[in-house]
Amino acid sequence: MTTTSRWRALTHHHLFWPVAVLVVLLLVNVPFTPDFFSIRMTDGHLYGSLVSIVLFGSPLILVAVGMTLVIATGGIDLSVGAVVAITGALTCSYISDQADQNALSAVFLAMGVGLVAAVVCGLWNGFLVARMGIQPIIATLIIMVAGRGVAQLITDGKIITINSEPYKLIGGGYWLTLPFSIFVVAAVVAVTVALTRRTALGLLVESVGGNAEASRLVGIRSLRIKIMVYVFCALCAGIAGLMISSNTSAADGNNAGLWIELDAILAVVIGGTSLLGGRFSIGGTVIGALVIQTLTTTIYTIGVPTQTNLVFKAAVVIIVCLLQSPKFRAKVFGAKFGSKSGATGGGTSPATPAKTATTPEAAPKMEVS
Amino acid sequence: MLNRRNFLTAAVGVVAATGLAACAKEDDSSSSSDSGSGGGKKLVLGFSQVGSESGWRSANTDSVKEAAKEAGYTLKFSDAQQKQENQISAIRSYITQGVDVIAFSPVVVTGWDAVLKEAKAKKIPVVLTDRSVETSDESLFVTLVGSDFTDEGRRAAKILEKVLEKAGHKGPVKIAQLEGTTGAAPAIERAKGFKEVMDADHADDWKIVVSQTGDFTRAGGKQVMAAFLQSNPDIDVLFAHNDDMGIGAIQAIEAAGKKPGKDILIVTVDGVKDGFIAMSEGKINAIVECNPLLGPQLMEVVQKVKDGETVERWIKTEESDFMQDQAKAALPTRKY
Repeated sequence: MTTTSRWRALTHHHLFWPVAVLVVLLLVNVPFTPDFFSIRMTDGHLYGSLVSIVLFGSPLILVAVGMTLVIATGGIDLSVGAVVAITGALTCSYISDQADQNALSAVFLAMGVGLVAAVVCGLWNGFLVARMGIQPIIATLIIMVAGRGVAQLITDGKIITINSEPYKLIGGGYWLTLPFSIFVVAAVVAVTVALTRRTALGLLVESVGGNAEASRLVGIRSLRIKIMVYVFCALCAGIAGLMISSNTSAADGNNAGLWIELDAILAVVIGGTSLLGGRFSIGGTVIGALVIQTLTTTIYTIGVPTQTNLVFKAAVVIIVCLLQSPKFRAKVFGAKFGSKSGATGGGTSPATPAKTATTPEAAPKMEVS
Repeated sequence: MLNRRNFLTAAVGVVAATGLAACAKEDDSSSSSDSGSGGGKKLVLGFSQVGSESGWRSANTDSVKEAAKEAGYTLKFSDAQQKQENQISAIRSYITQGVDVIAFSPVVVTGWDAVLKEAKAKKIPVVLTDRSVETSDESLFVTLVGSDFTDEGRRAAKILEKVLEKAGHKGPVKIAQLEGTTGAAPAIERAKGFKEVMDADHADDWKIVVSQTGDFTRAGGKQVMAAFLQSNPDIDVLFAHNDDMGIGAIQAIEAAGKKPGKDILIVTVDGVKDGFIAMSEGKINAIVECNPLLGPQLMEVVQKVKDGETVERWIKTEESDFMQDQAKAALPTRKY
């Protein structure tokens, strides 16, 4: 019976389904790209499909991590794509004005300017949501729509190309043979996990998401928590904006980070964070973002016709979301899974009812939290 | 409490909406008033632009404004911000103001019949620029001034022949194609034109091994090309539907340790400045120009239409093709 219980503990782990989907998606690529998992050295850095997935997925991971905390408070932030565009536009236009684009001080100052703008956007969102009591979807819609206009105003409607080696490092460069962006993402994720899981902050965020009014009554400054998560989310989007513009050494006010907010929300959902707020999983979000990036890469490599790209993507996302639903799993896989694990342990019949009996119980519980 | 919250939500919504509408409103171009002589009534041209989505588009806008100034016309310019309703309301306001000629770059191909009929009833001639429309009544617009995207695709295939010859490439050619935004006219027609020539002259030796959309952006081009290089490491040629995707792809090719322009030959369409810079560095082999500077041609047509002369249904933009050896000479003349 130990194998059964281990198997059940594994399938019931909240990261099991996202990881399973990620592994399946990666394996799908193998017949189309035989050396999909191979990684080799090219020009002093590692090169391979897995490296590009992490490299191109880094901005999405960052945005999604920020989005996770906002969603955990029961909010949503639609403005991240515009913040990506504004940060990239400001930073690149500052660097392009410099006589020496390779000067470190100028690059740091430019990045500072961009990130300050991102924080201002976050403060504005937080102010509208927490102080003015406006629905998050409406409050953040303002910057989502207007922000892209601001970005185009900064770039004068043109694509600003820069030629700065130090700036190229953050989103397109390599350090210790790995893409530098991996280190940035690792640092942000580590800090976020440490702050939310090693201190009470994560609990406070979940409490605000569960019931903001009740949290306030027990003495949690829920307004401050809310403003903080919007600022954090905008800051993550700002760093992602630096990465995206650095990756192509250009700021494109119109297209940088376009629709990244939707991909980020999707990543959060795939990672198992409830859109109702009240509980979140940073690890799940990172896996979710990697699933989306792998899916995008898969579409490019397996030769899905361009016209059907989005249908293919939608089909996969629907399957992933259904797999995440305990009710769906109980209906479709319940019996199958039960018999499979039951067979290793002994009889088929006792495992099946046990499985179906526990799942309906578990399902409503998850909805409440 | 709840009421107050709802009220605030509504108030902000209204403010935001008015703000956005204000942005979409036309602004009388400053270029109009300060030129021309005092005597004689100036020709008034109402121009509705798609938006400012790319460097190509802003060069297009600048060209129209400058040409109108040089011709001494009063230009009423409006930016539709990629929305058809903004464009329709701009055209309506031009009709009410009674401008002499209306010109516009349609955001989408369909849905223009009603507003164009209103213009026709007021006897205001309509000239399309850059993109065409589908209408039931051909008399609703006089002419289209713009590029022939299908021909650009054909020209790209023709210039690729020269590029291959120059590079001394022998044997079968494996081509990767970076398409524009799915469903956009330039993407569909450039692919069509390229395939036409390929099927006719190179059915045996050329083959498009991979083709995906890069959404006309650098980031898209880079990401898609990185994936292409993994699944098809033996690509010989890249055909990108615009320079920006080509520039993104160049970065991906370099990251893979290959030499763009040598290991992989690159042909792109558009001819923006950054494209020419890449070509002068030897990273792009040939560029098929898609000229946004159609202002002077437009003004010529507008004058003819105003004078009642008959014009062709489609006035094609003057465009040329550039090989690598011409890049350095042409670079200083690129304005956009």
